Amino acid sequence: MSTDTILSFEEAMEKYDPVLGFEVHVELNTKTKMFSSAPNVFGDEPNTNVNEVDLGMPGVLPVVNKTAIESSIKIGLALNCKIAETCRFARKQYFYPDTPKNFQTSQYDEPIAYDGYLDVELEDGTVFRVEIERAHMEEDAGKLTHMGGATGRIQGADFSLVDYNRAGVPLVEIVTKPIEGAGSRAPELAKAYVAAVREIVKNLGVSDAKMERGNVRCDANVSLRPHGRERFGIRSETKNVNSLRAVEHAVRYEIQRHAAVLDSGEPVIQETRHWHEDTRTTTSGRAKSDADDYRYFPEPDLVPMVASREWVEELRATLPEPPAERRKRLKADWGYSDLEFRDVVNAGVLDEIEETIAAGASASVARKWWMGEIVGRAKAADVDPGQLGVQPATIVELAQMVEAGKINNKMAAQVLDGVLAGEGTPAEIVEKRGLAVVSDDGPLLEAIDAALAAQPDVADKIRGGKVQAIGAIVGGVMKATRGQADAGRVRELILEKLGVTAQ
Amino acid sequence: MAAINRDDVAHLARLAHIEMSAQELDRMAGELAVIVDSVKSVSEAAGDDVPATSHPIPLTNVFREDVVGHTFSAKQALSGAPDSDDNRFKVPAILDEA
Repeated sequence: MSTDTILSFEEAMEKYDPVLGFEVHVELNTKTKMFSSAPNVFGDEPNTNVNEVDLGMPGVLPVVNKTAIESSIKIGLALNCKIAETCRFARKQYFYPDTPKNFQTSQYDEPIAYDGYLDVELEDGTVFRVEIERAHMEEDAGKLTHMGGATGRIQGADFSLVDYNRAGVPLVEIVTKPIEGAGSRAPELAKAYVAAVREIVKNLGVSDAKMERGNVRCDANVSLRPHGRERFGIRSETKNVNSLRAVEHAVRYEIQRHAAVLDSGEPVIQETRHWHEDTRTTTSGRAKSDADDYRYFPEPDLVPMVASREWVEELRATLPEPPAERRKRLKADWGYSDLEFRDVVNAGVLDEIEETIAAGASASVARKWWMGEIVGRAKAADVDPGQLGVQPATIVELAQMVEAGKINNKMAAQVLDGVLAGEGTPAEIVEKRGLAVVSDDGPLLEAIDAALAAQPDVADKIRGGKVQAIGAIVGGVMKATRGQADAGRVRELILEKLGVTAQ
Repeated sequence: MAAINRDDVAHLARLAHIEMSAQELDRMAGELAVIVDSVKSVSEAAGDDVPATSHPIPLTNVFREDVVGHTFSAKQALSGAPDSDDNRFKVPAILDEA
């Protein structure tokens, strides 16, 4: 459906310098809505989590949710913002069926938080500072489902159905200042920024932060200018880019599209773009026009909010350790190398490893299990590693069995499979599957004699001091015992037998 | 006299989704200017020592605890809807362009 011509990303980067800007909407996970006592719950039957306030009935009075204000202040603080001493809500007027009041209660010239920043770490460890213009409070709109037409999209729909369960859910909208200097890393930065915001609100516990449920939604602004020019180009705003991958792709696509438009000598049109995940392209929404005259004015049904410095400091004292600082601390505590730690972070098993260590595993054992065994299984099952359901206690138990020489690593991996298949605890599975390292030296010595006899030349090499050749004999013994021998013990016994001292 | 011309009124009518005849636009252009001037006279009463406010009573921080209260059933919620389907409000197609 898209007929836009685009340049290659490399060519676009050669000619132009991208400037980004983001509006990230965060749905708060309060029990009730921003201005009404109706429940804030996802996935319920349509139009059951509403009352007269959410439906905008005449004569109703909104009352502000105190917890939502506190969550908003916490977000502001976590984004290194100043918290306004006083601020107000305002009405933003527009007609759209997802907004039953015909205005959205938002904040306009007095946001609750302003002038902050967020240090965003890119995959290679580069830190990029994103300046935050403001974070303001508002309410979410209802959910429209477009019916009829061919595609289920808004274009060509015959009619739309509206569920107001989401109407009035508290939102915090975080707006960045223009982000300059990202260059060819702009798409990566876009993804990393949204990921960092999501991580912060999740860490604060103020949002469920599930992008697939729309708890965190991103509008991405992109403009290009020729290298060396200070004035910004005309921007487009790509709406509702709702996964981290999509944020990266949408920014990349818009850079390529803008570059082609500018190359053709045409001006970029300032407009809203819709992101399409299937084709990984954007299409034109509506152009900004004077219809965007929202006639903001102070909400007369709500009184100003005053955030005393005592209250702000009380809230600041409750903030958890920021995610970036936590990572620094964990890396030092665990003694992982830069690369090891980055792999752990990118695999998304930081929390899991921390829990496993808390349950009694060593840092290296926890990493070996999560990175070596569980991440691969999760990938095969196409789920997040944490969703496989591996309990820290299971890993601790497996590790103890290996350490005690009851099972070896290969068997432990089999036991893990058994646990995941619901066969029971590691001890039960070892028992049921008859997995146990042969620890009685008698059978081992027989197998060693047989292996040495089968490979006399290797035996001679070892006698002659080439201890590294021992692998072939150990392999033979492991094969003969169907992997049930303790390889370390086998090695010891072979050396003993041949009268060689290990180096 | 506030300067409100016919185009201003037509613009406001469009924003407010109010259909107005040519005759009504002409009349309102004159009347709105008078209304705006009347409201403006309030500012003459307030000196520089009176700050602008959005609320007549000096109240702040009127909050509600985050405790779930009452809700409507879907049937109640939809009882005043001109049209509904599948427990949801039914509205005409929103965008005309394909």
